[in-house]
Amino acid sequence: MDFDIDAGWRLHPQVVIRPERFGALLYHFGTRRLSFVKTPTLLRVVQALEASHSARTACMTAGVDVEQLPAYAAALAALAGSAMISRKDAA
Amino acid sequence: MTVLPLVDEFALGLDAPICLTWELTYACNLSCIHCLSSSGRRDPRELTTQECKVIIDELERMQVFYVNIGGGEPTVRPDFWELVDYATGHHVGVKFSTNGVKITEDIAERLAASDYVDVQVSLDGATAAVNDAIRGVGSFATAIRAMERLYAAGMKNFKISVVCTRQNIGQLDEFKAIAEHYSAQLRLTRLRPSGRGAATWDQLHPTAAQQRQLYDWLQTHGEQVLTGDSFFHLAAYGSALPGLNLCGAGRVVCLIDPIGDVYACPFAIHDNFLAGNVRGDGGFARVWRESELFAQLRKPQTGGACASCSAYDSCRGGCMAAKFFTGLPLDGPDPECVKGHGVLALSTLDPSAAPKPSLDHTHRTRPVPVTIGHRPERGCDENPLVGLRL
Repeated sequence: MDFDIDAGWRLHPQVVIRPERFGALLYHFGTRRLSFVKTPTLLRVVQALEASHSARTACMTAGVDVEQLPAYAAALAALAGSAMISRKDAA
Repeated sequence: MTVLPLVDEFALGLDAPICLTWELTYACNLSCIHCLSSSGRRDPRELTTQECKVIIDELERMQVFYVNIGGGEPTVRPDFWELVDYATGHHVGVKFSTNGVKITEDIAERLAASDYVDVQVSLDGATAAVNDAIRGVGSFATAIRAMERLYAAGMKNFKISVVCTRQNIGQLDEFKAIAEHYSAQLRLTRLRPSGRGAATWDQLHPTAAQQRQLYDWLQTHGEQVLTGDSFFHLAAYGSALPGLNLCGAGRVVCLIDPIGDVYACPFAIHDNFLAGNVRGDGGFARVWRESELFAQLRKPQTGGACASCSAYDSCRGGCMAAKFFTGLPLDGPDPECVKGHGVLALSTLDPSAAPKPSLDHTHRTRPVPVTIGHRPERGCDENPLVGLRL
């Protein structure tokens, strides 16, 4: 799935985050689906989305190395695929 | 920091369950012959409305995302809808199981309007003949009526929950068609020898050939069908089924029963799997975090007799409750082990030695004899004991 890392993204309003030692659990009350955030860094990225103008900035804020960006973009794409995060410019 | 695969993280337990099963009452209008909780009669010690709300407050603090409410038939509790509203108002989602008896048109509309409540209608046969033989006469019609009402109210994606048995494995496609007809989602779960199921498991559990048929069917349709992760023992056939493929008992799930007892899983209502009671000091959170039983379950498991089997990494020895209630050791094979080790182990057991469920709330179908002094004999008295002097 194409993921636009330079677009602004946010957590879906019906999604809650439960931090865990491995990262976090995400639960979407609308779709009743559970997702796993498998590292603390990815959790920091997800938490930084709201205040960042793009997903790329959120990754930088969370301390992701440039060479790791594709892996984080893929993880965010998976979260977008299950509607856990959505584009800020979406209706 | 060591990064473990998620399944290993879960096996070691979380600070709070991801979800849990909460059986609100042992009362039920039905007497299904495989009932995992031997339900029928209400227990006088059942939690009060206020006690239930205190638990919901705790679950909210622990960020338990949702509860699977069952019973008994939970909707027969007079405060059922009040508790559902209280839970969803406190960010605890609700999925409840019902035989459909209380799903009126008004209730269906109300359910359709809520994002935070999901419904599972139990159906154990795609035809009345197969269903009613297990769940009782008229239960198929009741379930279908509930589904009609949910569909008419616009409730999308409610669940139709099927316990897979020898009698209904041949109806998987028909179940799927029923689900599609009502815009519902099919959920298949495994029959356990728990509750009244202990006495009927031999006649009801799928044959080895049917297990293979189920596995193949799930490989084809698994993405659209929910299984509550209950068939992970079938992963030993080769590839894992969708889901965690992990026994979550006491690690990521548990059961709160109607009287507040906390068990490792809904299929393990027995003193051996009792972790504590929510009425104790520290409530549910303390039971979850400090019970010795749960600490034990969260230790790395050895695999015992199964450790040398090539499939152990896939099936992890199968279901604890299935082993326990058939009398098999917990560190040995599952009774339905797809390699046949369970059948072999069962053949060496004395069937009468299997543990009995600790609780039984089954309806008393025959009148219970009560002696209240001496009653005069009457001419119309049909008691066969009439005239006998004991």
